[in-house]
Amino acid sequence: MSQNLFFKCTKCGYITERKKVEVNNYVCLSCGYYETLDYKKRLDMIIDQNTFTETNIHNDFHDPINFPGYRTKHEEILSRSNLNEAVITGSGYIDGQKVMIGVMDTRYMMGSMGVVVGEKITRLFEDAEDEKLPVIMFIASGGARMQEGIFSLMQMAKTSAAVLRFSEAGGLYISVLTNPTTGGVSASFAFLGDIILAEPGALIGFAGKRVIEQTINEKLPFNFQTAEFLMDHGYIDLIVERKNLKSTLSDILKIHDQENNKFKLEDNIGSINLLINS
Amino acid sequence: MRDKSTTEAEINNAWNKVLLARKITRFRSLDIIKHIFNSFIELHGDRNIGDDRSIIAGIAMFDQQAVTVIGQQKGNSQKEMEYCQYGMTKPEGYRKALRLMKQAEKFRRPIICFIDTPGAFPGVSAEKNGQAEAIARNLYEMANITVPILSIIIGEGGSGGALALGVANRVIMLENAIYSVVSPEGCASILYKDSRKAPVVAGHLHLTAIDLKNYGIIDEIISEEGTESSIFDRIKQSIEGELYRCSQLDGDELRKERIERYRNIGSEIVFS
Repeated sequence: MSQNLFFKCTKCGYITERKKVEVNNYVCLSCGYYETLDYKKRLDMIIDQNTFTETNIHNDFHDPINFPGYRTKHEEILSRSNLNEAVITGSGYIDGQKVMIGVMDTRYMMGSMGVVVGEKITRLFEDAEDEKLPVIMFIASGGARMQEGIFSLMQMAKTSAAVLRFSEAGGLYISVLTNPTTGGVSASFAFLGDIILAEPGALIGFAGKRVIEQTINEKLPFNFQTAEFLMDHGYIDLIVERKNLKSTLSDILKIHDQENNKFKLEDNIGSINLLINS
Repeated sequence: MRDKSTTEAEINNAWNKVLLARKITRFRSLDIIKHIFNSFIELHGDRNIGDDRSIIAGIAMFDQQAVTVIGQQKGNSQKEMEYCQYGMTKPEGYRKALRLMKQAEKFRRPIICFIDTPGAFPGVSAEKNGQAEAIARNLYEMANITVPILSIIIGEGGSGGALALGVANRVIMLENAIYSVVSPEGCASILYKDSRKAPVVAGHLHLTAIDLKNYGIIDEIISEEGTESSIFDRIKQSIEGELYRCSQLDGDELRKERIERYRNIGSEIVFS
């Protein structure tokens, strides 16, 4: 059986022609499971054809605490999937509307955040502020990268402050939580979006399920730490099916385009002044 | 798995610090608060769902200076430890802390945080109540505060659960405190499927005060020589010095200093 012609669902094992799954946006035709996407597939799905330009390309390897086995692991992934880090950043268009976009890729160490990931995301927000563009982040990450020790923890503070500065400047940040969004990434920029979307069934949470079970010694509720659970408890705005993601993002961008708003911030302040003066 | 850069002595030293930082008889936030502040008034609750007992917070006098104090509390017996969730903070604890930080900002009081936690509380209720969002919100809002924030890691500085009180103008550590992205046990069981390798991993993680000072992640180490009261006196002196330094800066400079402190970690990386 050719691996390229057929596709096996990660969850239920259903095997079908790859083309059919591709047309279905890598959602299983049998059980509806959402396969985790690599960054190329995600960009193809969201960004207008041939409009993506990558920014802040990083070619080195960064090992701040000289952690045993880290470099070997990096080289393995690099040779297997030609991937140098866990996030790709750049600019592109969604239905003709320009955005800055970051896509995390779990093939690189579970999409974990080390110094390079933190720096790329921080620069994405800084570049977006300079160019007055919205930011869209596709999150897929197990959390902070243990192999970079305290330096990876500090990236949580750094990226959160980057969102703060961007937000203070009036920028729109949409974060899309996909499977998985956990640990130090969920506890920093992932949950700081003006609008937080999620894919159906995505695992979203802070602590690992095994740790929770060990700590509390009780059965976990149905749906625990899924996108649906998080929405029920008020922590995400909307669950969007993959096939509707691009059009939903496009509509959100359109609604935030100041050309479509007669009550722009400056105008609004002006009219309030007018009222006070009259 | 052992690399040449981490020596046997370093591993023993790191693990020794882990054990000291976790020792049940170790002094706690409340001991320090009682010793170095006057007129401490504890304030409770996040004004939403509850009051987290792992965080003791309130207002006090530090000599002639009004301050807001926030401390993670553990206790010195099994019963006390259980009462305050072993110092593991829930979302309502982080939100109580943030509420009082904003109150401090309104009244222009410096904020002093004592960190001592194995990590944020891992449990069903904590996830339901948005643990990730609560920590993220603290990181975001603490960066923006226009009064001085000092964070002192007095025991365990466990990951995001510690950082959520640790976005500060100055970060100070006690000599035997630790600060890490992951517990050595957690790291060992994920990487080597064997939590018994924790002592070795503790060495690899470089979680001691000296390592973190060398990395420039923390600013000062307070010696633990002598009696507890002499240690507390040194903590007091250190706060005094830092508050004086911060008094020379205006609100915007304080905020900028705090943001830049974290912005600079990794800014040397070269991109094409």
